[in-house]
Amino acid sequence: MKNLSLEEKEREFQAKIDADQKIEPNDWMPDEYRKTLIRQISQHAHSEIVGMLPEGNWITRAPNLRRKAVLLAKVQDEAGHGLYLYSAAETLGSDREKTIDDLNAGIAKYSSIFNYPTVTWADMGTIGWLVDGAAIMNQVPLCRCSYGPYARAMVRVCKEESFHQRQGFEIVMKLAQGTPEQKALAQESLNRWWWPALMMFGPNDANSKHTAQSMKWKIKRETNDELRQKFVDITVPQAEMIGLTIPDADLKWNEERQSYDFGAINWDEFMNVVQGNGPCNKERIAARREAKENGLWVREAANAFAEKRKARQAS
Amino acid sequence: MNREQALFEYTLRIADDSLILGHRVSEWCGHGPILEEDIAMTNIALDLVGQATNFLEYAAKVDGKGKTADDLAFLRYDRDYRNALLVEQKNGHFGDTMARQFFFDVFRKLFFEGLTKSTDETLAAIAEKSLKETKYHLKHSSEWVIRLGDGTEESHQKIQESINNLWRFTEELFFSNDVDTMLLESGIAVDLNALYPLWKSQVAHVLAEATLEIPSGTFQQKGGRTGFHSEHLGYLLAEMQYMQRAYPGMEW
Amino acid sequence: MSNKEWPLWEVFIRSKQGLSHKHVGSLRAADAEMAIDNARDVYTRRSEGISIWVVESKLVTASDPREADALFDPADSKVYRHPTFYDVPDGISHM
Ligand SMILES: [Fe+2]
Ligand SMILES: [Fe+2]
Repeated sequence: MKNLSLEEKEREFQAKIDADQKIEPNDWMPDEYRKTLIRQISQHAHSEIVGMLPEGNWITRAPNLRRKAVLLAKVQDEAGHGLYLYSAAETLGSDREKTIDDLNAGIAKYSSIFNYPTVTWADMGTIGWLVDGAAIMNQVPLCRCSYGPYARAMVRVCKEESFHQRQGFEIVMKLAQGTPEQKALAQESLNRWWWPALMMFGPNDANSKHTAQSMKWKIKRETNDELRQKFVDITVPQAEMIGLTIPDADLKWNEERQSYDFGAINWDEFMNVVQGNGPCNKERIAARREAKENGLWVREAANAFAEKRKARQAS
Repeated sequence: MNREQALFEYTLRIADDSLILGHRVSEWCGHGPILEEDIAMTNIALDLVGQATNFLEYAAKVDGKGKTADDLAFLRYDRDYRNALLVEQKNGHFGDTMARQFFFDVFRKLFFEGLTKSTDETLAAIAEKSLKETKYHLKHSSEWVIRLGDGTEESHQKIQESINNLWRFTEELFFSNDVDTMLLESGIAVDLNALYPLWKSQVAHVLAEATLEIPSGTFQQKGGRTGFHSEHLGYLLAEMQYMQRAYPGMEW
Repeated sequence: MSNKEWPLWEVFIRSKQGLSHKHVGSLRAADAEMAIDNARDVYTRRSEGISIWVVESKLVTASDPREADALFDPADSKVYRHPTFYDVPDGISHM
């Protein structure tokens, strides 16, 4: 057993990360690393759970049996993702139910996109295509993140995500190839979700407080702007292919950069939604809180019964 | 009524039970009492939607009018649904949902066990697959009935009330008429009369373990099997059929 | 009645291929029976397994990472435990 000074520990820690070794729950780690990870992972977990609500909104109205089953399975996967991520956060000493209480109290953050309403069936397609698409873009690099339990959770999540984006795109494609009403549904939905989807990558690099340190610790592996650009470059041709128009007058191929230039994001809107003033912030939190409160007597009953069972088995 | 018509009617009963209950259980998705249970209930909903699809596909085929499973699921009028009243009852609280599920699962397991021996090969094959799923649903719902019954005072009281309230819809699960008579002769249908005592004793067994009372003297409602439903079904269908009604004839 | 949380369980799954049970993650459950059921629903939705073990997380004893040197470094010098340590002439197969 070695007795090291704090600086030596930090140096060893960083060396391990530089050598692409994983940090595991019981390993020494700087407090800030732990805190940053707990924040990042629990925000991520909350996003999965709150993200169930806008899509859950259409499960009972899915237009046919196949779509209904797919949507159910998809929303259920998101519950699983939340669970994997809360578990990863718990290995750092954060308590799942306390974290959830923070969410329900309106203190914790989650992806602001889920504060937008799902008002038509087309939104089920657009969310899968754009929102899951953006999430995958964010998540794939995290499979290589330095914290072992987080990286492993992300591997599982990414494996499951692959069908989410496809089913969404399939819905949109079907609409785009359908009747004029259906095509209008698809376009109108894209118009509403495009900009919020771009905001999912977070503030521009110049305004992102945590990026530099997080990159050094490899709990973030590409910057917000890099990921956003990648997303635009991949998505624009997909929209073109199915005959939909990206709602951005400034969108234009840049031959020199071999990338799309795109218009300015309305960060005021983003900040406003993050601060709780999106169209559905109140409803989302209320739904989560209600689920937890209404389930209290159920969870208590299961505890009481488990104790009785244990006592009976012992005697 | 000829044999095809009877078989169509019979298959619809099975399909609609799964379809309507699947719809109800799916309403829980995102609102369960704890994350793990949310996932468990969604699995059950998925199984039921899958069963509904299989049975409706067969019903459409038997019907022979060129309809699809989706047509049958989304484009019938209220009076044409053949599910039992039990499964269209509202979710209520978690205890209500588990009690409803438990009564249904005990019935369904016995029923599918019988249906696997049906001389109709398609019904037997779908029953075989569905039986496996139902066994798990029954394990889940009966464990919850026991936990809630033998949990806290509050949970005991709540689930007892759920049991009492839903008891009036249980006998209808064993409703039979000339459809059954006709199909029993050719070994297609399951003899529901023979199942009822088994259902009663299995339910009694679990309720005893849950320290719960079996309701007595309850008037039994019926009507679902012949298309006379409760007021709840209309709203459920309005929601379920919304897309097909608002955008007639389109593909999704 | 107590308003405490359900305990945490570690989940191990054996896949169809006959490999050992492998740790896949954790979950909350009131008791072992429920933990098995929840594990089935959470971790085998895509036919990932045919056998499940659960163990309450607090019952797991882990090796101390600060003793990693003492525990694991000595094995590094025992290369003779690995088949590649031995020279086998080119003509020999099935070994
Ligand atoms: Fe997800
Ligand atoms: Fe997803």
